[in-house]
Amino acid sequence: MKQEVLLNINGSPYEIMVAPNDTLADVVRRKLGMTGTKLGCEQGDCGTCTVLIDDKSQLSCLTLAIACEGKDIRTIEGLESNGSLDPVQQAILEKNGVQCGFCTPGVIMSAKGLLNDNPTPTREEIKVGLSGNLCRCTGYEKIIEAVEAVVDGEYSAQAKTQIGAE
Amino acid sequence: MDDMVRDFSIVGQSIPRVEGFDKVTGRAEFTDDIDLHGMVYAKVYCSPVAHGKIKKVDISKAEKYPGVLAVITGDECPKKYSVNDLLPTETALAVDKVRYFGEGISAVAAISEQIASEAVELIEVEIEELPAVVTAQESAEQTDNLIHQEYPNNTNHTAEQIFGDVDDALVRADVVVEETFYTSMVNGGFLEPQSAVADYDPGKKKMTVYNCNQLAHMLQHTVAKTIDMPLDDIRVIIPNVGGGFGGKTEATPSVLITCLLSRKLGRPVKLTYGRDESIFQNKGRHGCHLTLKLGFNNDGTIEALDLNVLLDGGAHSGWGFVVLWFIAALTHLPYTVQNIRYNGRRVYTNKPSPGAQRSFGGVQARTAVESCFDMAAEKLGINPYELRMINAVETGYKAPSVVEVRHAEFKKCLQSVAERSDFVNKHGKLPRGKGIGLAAGHYSSGGAFLLYNSTRAHSTANIRVDTEAGATVFCGVTDIGQGSTTVMTQVAAEVLGIPVRKVNFICQDTLLAPMDNGTMDSRATYGAGHAVKRAAIDAKQKLLEVAGAHLGIRVEQLECKDERIYSIYDDNRFIGFWDSVTMYQDVIGTCFGTGDYTPPQPRGDYPGKIIGPSPAFGFTAQIAEVDVDLQTGLLKVEKYYEATDCGQAINPASVEGQVEGGVVMGLGQALIEEIVVDRKGRVLNPNFHDYKIPTTMDMPEFDSEIVDAYDPTSAYGGKEVGEAPTGPVCAAVMNAVYDAIGVRITDVPITPEKVFRAMNGQHSRDLELETTTIGFANAKYKGD
Repeated sequence: MKQEVLLNINGSPYEIMVAPNDTLADVVRRKLGMTGTKLGCEQGDCGTCTVLIDDKSQLSCLTLAIACEGKDIRTIEGLESNGSLDPVQQAILEKNGVQCGFCTPGVIMSAKGLLNDNPTPTREEIKVGLSGNLCRCTGYEKIIEAVEAVVDGEYSAQAKTQIGAE
Repeated sequence: MDDMVRDFSIVGQSIPRVEGFDKVTGRAEFTDDIDLHGMVYAKVYCSPVAHGKIKKVDISKAEKYPGVLAVITGDECPKKYSVNDLLPTETALAVDKVRYFGEGISAVAAISEQIASEAVELIEVEIEELPAVVTAQESAEQTDNLIHQEYPNNTNHTAEQIFGDVDDALVRADVVVEETFYTSMVNGGFLEPQSAVADYDPGKKKMTVYNCNQLAHMLQHTVAKTIDMPLDDIRVIIPNVGGGFGGKTEATPSVLITCLLSRKLGRPVKLTYGRDESIFQNKGRHGCHLTLKLGFNNDGTIEALDLNVLLDGGAHSGWGFVVLWFIAALTHLPYTVQNIRYNGRRVYTNKPSPGAQRSFGGVQARTAVESCFDMAAEKLGINPYELRMINAVETGYKAPSVVEVRHAEFKKCLQSVAERSDFVNKHGKLPRGKGIGLAAGHYSSGGAFLLYNSTRAHSTANIRVDTEAGATVFCGVTDIGQGSTTVMTQVAAEVLGIPVRKVNFICQDTLLAPMDNGTMDSRATYGAGHAVKRAAIDAKQKLLEVAGAHLGIRVEQLECKDERIYSIYDDNRFIGFWDSVTMYQDVIGTCFGTGDYTPPQPRGDYPGKIIGPSPAFGFTAQIAEVDVDLQTGLLKVEKYYEATDCGQAINPASVEGQVEGGVVMGLGQALIEEIVVDRKGRVLNPNFHDYKIPTTMDMPEFDSEIVDAYDPTSAYGGKEVGEAPTGPVCAAVMNAVYDAIGVRITDVPITPEKVFRAMNGQHSRDLELETTTIGFANAKYKGD
């Protein structure tokens, strides 16, 4: 039976009817139209559906929406505000860590989760942190360089508005 | 190259992707993200057997299921389709027979995906199972168990090319090496599963198709022919494409199914494949058996190349016949061999049908040729680097097939990787278990092959320059993530001397963009680049005339840069670019320009001549350093050197991205990737859990270089880079493994088990038919 849940997504409350087997990915994509979260396999293998739940990166295709009540859910749509990018977004963009862009939202959310846990990861720790995110385009090199640049402070809060200003 | 020629403002700059902001914020729309008013959802009943006669399809229960709007079977549209209408074998849904595991038999449209899935479960299908033909060798010997009745001996296509006298040359040669190779059938592994939305307008009787496809115009053609609608009543729109790598160059059944259902219902229908269906539809790389003989003289010069190929074609034709010819074409270069014989045969098997995956034909050709080069080097007592340098093609080389290399910096590539890796000093001298291997290759920048066999231009671009929208380019090329939109934008901005943000690039829509061969065969930067540059020059010329009249300066003495049109002799005499646009609009009208590009037509008279010749070739040289665990056979690629000749890099960061991505895709095939089927043809790994592609943890340390190059035949000196880097990777790793353990592995993927067995004296190919013993967790099929 469907039931009403209150989901806190990107800081806003959404009251929605969900079935017990509705995944969080289905809810954000199909019910709420937040299609930045992708579905590449729906089996937890590819990482394109990664979101933050209480600051930790989670696979939304394996997470039941009903279990998310009362938690702080953040999707890719919740990172940027009015043209001002999150440092990870900006680094991925400027370091050419994006090609087709299908894995990109998941990669960014995983990187956010990693940096929440460990703000100064080594290159090896970045690799481990992103090992659940498949990317077929980039060979990962530029993605890792981008996260390293964030760790090195190249994309601090002051640098945030560069893209918007251009 | 004259420095003046390369004095660019925007070409050569690593600007971020013009659509990058949308991609990092989740705004970029992919096909499955589309939500149209009144849209319904389709699901497919997939065949549980790989080969069989369809005895019954009972859709009555599914049709009555609440929420179901339509159910169709193969009878709805039995018309066969293919690439370019050549060797058509495929249908939207199976008709009378199934030929591969997972082939669609029936499709349901319902008001929700869930209801559609539930209704699919109610479809009753009876299939009389036939023995599955699962290997190319067994298929090649069949006379009775035919996959397509109209193709005797299961042969889809054969190819033969002979140049010079190979038998004589092999007798004359001082050293002859011969080896047999197998390259695995792999899947493109694009992260976005195929998805299609069809929206039939019952009032206008027109169809709009949204699909993640690389070739908008060929898809339009295939849809029109297959579902029997006029070409100009079909509009194809390509949203963002989540990776293609060649696998999205053909029409998938999903497109045709949604079109059929949408036309039936008069409302939009969406069908998105699951990862399993995406692998069943495949169109990845052909599995290939190769037997290669190379003959050399004692001085290292190559005399002869004799190649026999058996290509595992899976259930259908598709790009397969082109791949068969491409393997031949890709052995004519990058070495100066004069005596060449090629015998190829492509057979059908009951497997997911492969197609034209990145460096198609290249991986197979390079794996064999580059391995045999190392074998010959050892026999000749010449370093593998030297042997390649002795035989490397240079600018102006004409192959015996009359294929001409109009520009090549291949030797620079070889020198670059050899120097950076200290190859000559390391090769053969590292401790046991450590190895270094070299391999090289090339790829064409678009061929002579035109969609639907006409003489029209391969690329056309139109441009509109006005104060209302800036410079708006209309071009049919598709950005599948490789960056063509950014590169074309840079080309137009360079010509007009305006910032990138003033250029709109409208593509991927057959209503707006003129006919284009699309994104395949590494042709976008070269072919579409020419068309865009010519269109921009056409418009620029018109603006210069107005500006010249206003300034009192002859047109040929004017130049555009930094949004100004100025005298090349006195840049204080200028008019603002947009002022001249205003003037043009006020006095003459909207400023339009057009340009097109068609490559030189192939010369000579030999079979397959249309496949292979190219206006330009990209080159690559690569070196892998590996570590082999002598106890377990575990193989790790630790460092990877690459050098690319892609001519002038229009966007160097994008070039690096293509190289890194292309090499890692090659490493996937070299080390881990293979579509595995059991004796009944059932795919055992149709998911990313068991079909593994490389992750961050599989990356080697990269060291790549774009060598200084400029192809004067190209719009801004650039040529291909998307495919060449994938070709030689398997061979580089094989050669490194040989250097590490003294055993030559001849088939990929090079699993630890193969290395272990090879070290213990067992031929690695013994494993080929034993793969079913591997326990795949997700592959327990009914009836076992």
